[in-house]
Amino acid sequence: MSTQRGDLFADIDLGREKLINRLFYGLLVAASLFGLVILVLLIADVIWESYQGLTTFNIDPVQFLTEPSSSRAERAGFGASIVASLWLMALTAVLAFAIAVGCAIYLVEYAPETRTTRLIEANLANLAGVPSIVYGLLVLALIVNDAGLGSVILAGAIALALLIVPIIIVASIEAIRAVPSSVRDGSYAMGATTWQTVRQVVLPQAMPGILTGTILALARAIGETAPLIMVGTMLHATRYPSGPLSSFSAMPTQIYNWTYQADRMFNGLAALGIVVLLVFLVVMYALAGYLRKKYETEGSITNV
Amino acid sequence: MSSNTTDTSNETESTTDESSTLIETEVSVDSQRSQTPTETVVSATNLSVSYGEQRALSDVSIEIPENKVTAIIGPSGCGKSTFLRSINRMNDRIPSCSVDGELRFKGTNVYADHVDPVALRRKIGQVFQAPNPFPKSIYDNVAYGLRIQGKADDVDLDEAVERALRGAALWDEVDGQLEESGLDLSGGQQQRLCIARAIAPDPEVILMDEPTSALDPVAASKIEDLIDELVSEYTVIIVTHNMQQAARISDKTAVFLTGGELVEFDDTATVFENPADSRVEDYITGKFG
Repeated sequence: MSTQRGDLFADIDLGREKLINRLFYGLLVAASLFGLVILVLLIADVIWESYQGLTTFNIDPVQFLTEPSSSRAERAGFGASIVASLWLMALTAVLAFAIAVGCAIYLVEYAPETRTTRLIEANLANLAGVPSIVYGLLVLALIVNDAGLGSVILAGAIALALLIVPIIIVASIEAIRAVPSSVRDGSYAMGATTWQTVRQVVLPQAMPGILTGTILALARAIGETAPLIMVGTMLHATRYPSGPLSSFSAMPTQIYNWTYQADRMFNGLAALGIVVLLVFLVVMYALAGYLRKKYETEGSITNV
Repeated sequence: MSSNTTDTSNETESTTDESSTLIETEVSVDSQRSQTPTETVVSATNLSVSYGEQRALSDVSIEIPENKVTAIIGPSGCGKSTFLRSINRMNDRIPSCSVDGELRFKGTNVYADHVDPVALRRKIGQVFQAPNPFPKSIYDNVAYGLRIQGKADDVDLDEAVERALRGAALWDEVDGQLEESGLDLSGGQQQRLCIARAIAPDPEVILMDEPTSALDPVAASKIEDLIDELVSEYTVIIVTHNMQQAARISDKTAVFLTGGELVEFDDTATVFENPADSRVEDYITGKFG
């Protein structure tokens, strides 16, 4: 056989096929790298800008993290915006979580399989795709103006909650559906009511998935700028918010407002602000990842 | 050699007789228990169940006696599980399911308007084909029924849990580790945990849907022994694929055949030794199904 090796495949010319194969391999790798390269460039740019800010404008990191903002760049800090964002997250989580999980439980455990419920479920995905500024406009009209609440943290939280409710619902439905029906049957056969089954058996198992979805949704909300601009924020967050009814400027809106100021030092401040915002995002994603990992290893009940 | 107690006197009978060879190879029937007449606890009259257009049970009439083991056998898709699930109305959970006719539990039609399936299921427990303990501790699994039924404060819960685990022949294996997850037990132990869970609130009937089909033979025989004990206090209705199992453990046997028809219901000994319907004989001897 080995003596024939030279002749055996002589009639097959792979030159062209091989070339095309390699060409597409290269294209696909380049496409995959594109996103990564852009991300690295973005982070490098932000770090470079903030380094510039720290050196050329002598920004003190401690003052930056603790002081409220100011119209004078050398006195401006990010502290009031960080606190405002924390307030927003807390209020948004409280408002969105109960409504979203309630809706998901209803759709999976209670609602009959009718055309209406299928329509609602299908449209949740569409609702999750509505541009965020639309929610901002809605809250501006109904809550800020009509209800007379004004441009306060609570109004911003309502806009963000409306934005992420559909996202949490979709994640929660998935988590609740993943609870095996055999366990539900076990509970119902014991004479449990639907609520007892949901409370005692379904929710404990679905909760890690629901929490993961909620944190990821909050990670999206913390970076949202447009709905907060619609609701109305301070140009400079010059004082710490005292509660849900304070006026405010959250992290992304403060960064946005700094970027169009004449004084170049504000650009350095904005870059530092983005670093802080990114740190928040990384922590939230890490938490979600940790929960998901824990869920995967502990939540399985397949060892029958 | 022959385990058939009714035919042994006739020694001249040749082993080519069809009904007796069948018994020798397949079953050993404990026929003492089914002698005394008892009260009917579950009875069906012209019960038909359909899933949408598909009819799963047709015109089933049966009277299941109290404190006996009643086995329901038949080929796949004959409606035996459907019949079991219609007793505690677990079929209600399937939207396309519709029920016609009557099914009485202690004289009350369970499909009457005033009967709440939640209340019904507190009197009729169920054990499923695959063990399905809750992802909770062993203790919480067993206490589940008493807690949701609001009885946890009226009884000594620790004692009730121990009694149920002893009743399910699991106590000796889990004593001292009641706080560990029920999911960490072996498959056979999980199934006995599910039995403990079912008997803890003290129901009157226990439905078992092929409770040993997911278990190895040793675990299965433990469950069979357990069923033998349970019947002194409870009525057991068991669906099984395994005819030897039905013959070993049951007092009464109902044979369903394809189409959801109940073709024979009698004392287990009679069904296996001398079935009235030739299709049942064919099924038991393995000619089909």
